[in-house]
Amino acid sequence: MIDVLHRFVAKIFRDIFRRKKHFKLGLYGPPNSGKTTLANRISEDWLGEKMGSVSRIPHETREVVVKEQINIKSGKKELTFNLVDTPGIATKIDYEDFVKAGLSTKKAKKRAKEATKGVIDAIRWLDDMDVVVVVLDATQDPYSQVNITIIGNMQARDTPVLVVANKVDLKKADLKKVQSAFPQYDVVGISAKFGTNIDKFYEALFALVG
Amino acid sequence: MLTLQFMPYSDIQHLTLDEKIKKILSSVRDGKILVMEGRLKKTEEAELIKATMEQINGKFKGIEVTVVYPDSKNATFGKKLKSALAEMLLGDRQGLTVIGSATLIKEIRKDPDKIQLMTEERKRRR
Repeated sequence: MIDVLHRFVAKIFRDIFRRKKHFKLGLYGPPNSGKTTLANRISEDWLGEKMGSVSRIPHETREVVVKEQINIKSGKKELTFNLVDTPGIATKIDYEDFVKAGLSTKKAKKRAKEATKGVIDAIRWLDDMDVVVVVLDATQDPYSQVNITIIGNMQARDTPVLVVANKVDLKKADLKKVQSAFPQYDVVGISAKFGTNIDKFYEALFALVG
Repeated sequence: MLTLQFMPYSDIQHLTLDEKIKKILSSVRDGKILVMEGRLKKTEEAELIKATMEQINGKFKGIEVTVVYPDSKNATFGKKLKSALAEMLLGDRQGLTVIGSATLIKEIRKDPDKIQLMTEERKRRR
């Protein structure tokens, strides 16, 4: 009963945010799926500046980063939101993987420690999001438990979700597999790095919250 | 040698979230692969990930987890109705959850109702 009441109150607040067209938009997903690349793309498109650094080594983003007052327009429609780029959510972090990627043991251990805190922070922020874009790597298996947990948490919180299948510029990318994994959601295939289909992404965002 | 430990739903049904997580992680950290009847709620899974992150150190690298349960996405209307009824009656008791330490399991693949555990190769002693 309390749960139902909580969801009802949360929905009312979300509706108010949506009417105001001013909300918190979170980018969630597993490590190295391209969340920061997409955050940079959005921030560069509308503010002319980047948000964070990207790397081929996983867990480059280890702190939640917020870019405030991003205003996007499409014809007469307009959305203003705070963009929240979150660390990748994972169930395991092994410093030896960072050593294999070329970091010194000291740096790898530091990165692993910061990454664990980053995952905890990302999960803590779930409650604060009004809208979530789940960024998945289209070359990877979409059925991983982390993806299902993230999307399931949004569903449990009644938070609007847009699924982005990133890296469609790569040969191994399989957009259809991502779409069939999450048939209840809009899935947009993009390449955040090269800007492929980024207009479709903005259209889908307007359709979701506009 | 891998040890599989079966945990019936009745073992965790009446536990608080903290107690559930403690029980799960304790078995996993003992080197067992836990086969749990039923599944955690999605919000509980997120809390399990948080608790796992808090415990990661040089020896414990985290967990591998997967959940299998009847999928009614492509089912006929009759089967969907049956599965909705089962969901109503059984709730979180439906399905199976497999959890193991990332030190033992490299990857769990789900395909979608078959589970494959890819184990870590032990370093050979010289």
